[in-house]
Amino acid sequence: MTAVARAIRDIPLLTKLAIVIVAGYVIVAVFAPLIAPYGETVVVGPTFDVPSAAHPLGTDNLGRDMLSRLIFGARNMVALALTTNILAFLIGGILGMLAAVVGGWLDQVLGRLMDAAMGVPQLILALLLIAILGNSLIVLICIIAILDSTRIFRLTRAVSMNIVAMDFVEAAQLRGEGVIWCILHEVLPNITVPLLAEFGIRFCYVFLFISGLGFLGVGLQPPAADWGSMVRDSATLITYSVFAPLYPAVAIAVLTVSVNFVVDWVLRRNNKATA
Amino acid sequence: MQAPNPKGTLLRIRNLRIEAGAGSAWKEIVHGVSLDLAAGEMLGLIGESGAGKSTIGLAAMGFARPGCRISGGEVVFNDIDLLKDVKELKRVQGTRVAYVAQSAAAAFNPAYRLIRQCIEVPVVRQRERKSKVVERVRNLFTRMHLPNPNGIGDRFPHQVSGGQLQRVMASMAMSPRPALIVFDEPTTALDVTTQVEVLAAVRETIRDLGMAGIYISHDLAVVAQMADRIMVLKNGNVVEEGSTDQVLQQPREAYTRNLVGQRRFRKQHVPDAQSAVLTVDRVSAGYHGVPVLENVSIEARTGETVAVVGESGSGKSTLARVVAGLLKPMEGRVLLDGTPLLPSFKQRPREELRAIQMIHQMPDTALNPQQIVGKIIGRPLAFYFGLTGARREERVRELLRMVEMDPDIFLKRRPGELSGGQKQRLCIARALAADPKIIICDEVTSALDPLIADEILKLLDRLQHEKQLTYIFITHDLATVSAIADKVVVMKAGRIVEQGSKEEIFAPPHDPYTELLLSSTPKMETDWLDNLLDERDAARKSRSGEVAPAEA
Repeated sequence: MTAVARAIRDIPLLTKLAIVIVAGYVIVAVFAPLIAPYGETVVVGPTFDVPSAAHPLGTDNLGRDMLSRLIFGARNMVALALTTNILAFLIGGILGMLAAVVGGWLDQVLGRLMDAAMGVPQLILALLLIAILGNSLIVLICIIAILDSTRIFRLTRAVSMNIVAMDFVEAAQLRGEGVIWCILHEVLPNITVPLLAEFGIRFCYVFLFISGLGFLGVGLQPPAADWGSMVRDSATLITYSVFAPLYPAVAIAVLTVSVNFVVDWVLRRNNKATA
Repeated sequence: MQAPNPKGTLLRIRNLRIEAGAGSAWKEIVHGVSLDLAAGEMLGLIGESGAGKSTIGLAAMGFARPGCRISGGEVVFNDIDLLKDVKELKRVQGTRVAYVAQSAAAAFNPAYRLIRQCIEVPVVRQRERKSKVVERVRNLFTRMHLPNPNGIGDRFPHQVSGGQLQRVMASMAMSPRPALIVFDEPTTALDVTTQVEVLAAVRETIRDLGMAGIYISHDLAVVAQMADRIMVLKNGNVVEEGSTDQVLQQPREAYTRNLVGQRRFRKQHVPDAQSAVLTVDRVSAGYHGVPVLENVSIEARTGETVAVVGESGSGKSTLARVVAGLLKPMEGRVLLDGTPLLPSFKQRPREELRAIQMIHQMPDTALNPQQIVGKIIGRPLAFYFGLTGARREERVRELLRMVEMDPDIFLKRRPGELSGGQKQRLCIARALAADPKIIICDEVTSALDPLIADEILKLLDRLQHEKQLTYIFITHDLATVSAIADKVVVMKAGRIVEQGSKEEIFAPPHDPYTELLLSSTPKMETDWLDNLLDERDAARKSRSGEVAPAEA
């Protein structure tokens, strides 16, 4: 217990704050229906109402409670980004480790495929694919995950290569171990820290990407609350010096910055441990 | 041998304390070391890894590595207190005191020609005329017996051999005419034949130019050739200090006696089985079509140790890789118990993989840092014999006891919590877990301190006797060979120069290359290098008659 207490004490103040913020987002996301004063899609007042006791952040373009939308938006966004990110890591991570452990033609083929996918700007490719495949939640998740997995593939392959070059992997291969054992027992435990850090960074990118798609109107479809489209819906209000479009924007920014702080700390701590 | 002391003390270190660590956690690693060095004198620092010899060597220049700090004591060079006078320290570092590192390849910038790097300090820091410095460096190259001293400076670091680069680095350190040079294991990465050349050249130049030196090494026999005085270090403390003769002949402390008397170990038993368990039949192999091994044939019998000796590039490790199936031979085959093995380990059946185990050179990289000892040894048991649960753990404990490690202490530890010797024991236990017929030992002792290495050899010898194991022992160290081999294979440039029983190889008449290797291995005698150079000189003269050396 003292070790845990000491570990907590050694966390820098900013990182502590960031951890609390990230935890706060997760709690809000999980318990959205309990926390939110109104329903996600219920019209509760006039459109673009100013903040009041009943509606602390006012109402949106259809008269829905802004605070409730924001809270449900957290749930949608975090869940969507998390699912997408996990899927992307499964694809990119497994293929990356396969390429490193098996090597040879498989490495070459996978590498060139990923290069080709990375050659086209992500947003344009995503818009194109959504236009072709239609806009559903599954399609959205798959497209973003596959596009993102190319970067994860690169990183995983690079860090795995460093491990594969070690004698203990050669020893396992000489013993006759298969590819799956080598990946799960020899390579993966040695690359979890850089992968975890990358998970945090990619989470931010995915989050911003989904927000971007939402802002362009091809992300989560209404009436589901999504911070990107919420910015767009109330964007015109900024000219009347009303803060409505800024709330979701700030929510996006704070989460992204906080996650980055946590990731930096994880990386720094690991560097210190290996040095 | 004792150098005269015309100018008095050049370097005085008193009660030096150095700490290592970071943040709030600092731990003392050098505990109050004092030493004096007269001008023109050479002091040898000797000790195992972790003894603090490199740290002290750097501190003599007023420098502490990142992660270290000098926490107490004084370092006085030429009446300048290097730890207090920061301005003078900056002026002195690199010009009046210089440093020669272990790895010359890592110390040179690969993008610049050698001469440019050698003249940099005098030209930039001391504002000397370039042409004058170039001339002086060429003179140093000549003294260092470098071939073509006027032209070699125009080459890039990768265009000269390792031994030449080490001598160029020594010239670079000497170019600002320092009063003191710190040599940090300058020949450890070199082959024995190259080491002799570097040692001779450095010693001659240092003596001619009247510089003082601190010579750091873990090899007492090498230090004995270079140093006037020797200081023995252990765990950051001085064990003993004295003249080279005194330390070698009348060591006062038990630890020093161990160092001097090491390698007394000799193989205890004679193999009796007569059947060949491993046959390498006219194998040629190489990388990317470039041959590294040509027409190599060896045979190993049950319970026998076959030592494969050679310098780097001789193809000895390639031979090990062919036997293990990591490299497919271009020609020839490998037979286990008379049955040909498939060329790649990927095609070999599990039983054949089990029969041939390998122990790597670097125990640090041969063990997965994330796995506990129990899993590292337990996996081969599960994989080859299907052992699970309590039976597997019992066998793991048995194997740990076999390599003299207490299972109750080590079972749950990770490799990071083990010392170098313990890691190598663990690698041996992992190989034993497969219950093999043959173990390929690839330089298994070269990453270890001499005393630890001896323990490992003893262990390997005992296990061989108990289990009738066959060892293919890859090494560059003839002392190791004479300790444990039954049969010796001498390799050079991918070919076998000579092979036979240890007695045949080590008794005259020798093949010329074997002779060169044998005579180049440093001995614990102060005048070994002098005698060797005299002998070679005499041999050269008698061979070439009256013709004088061309370059001198």
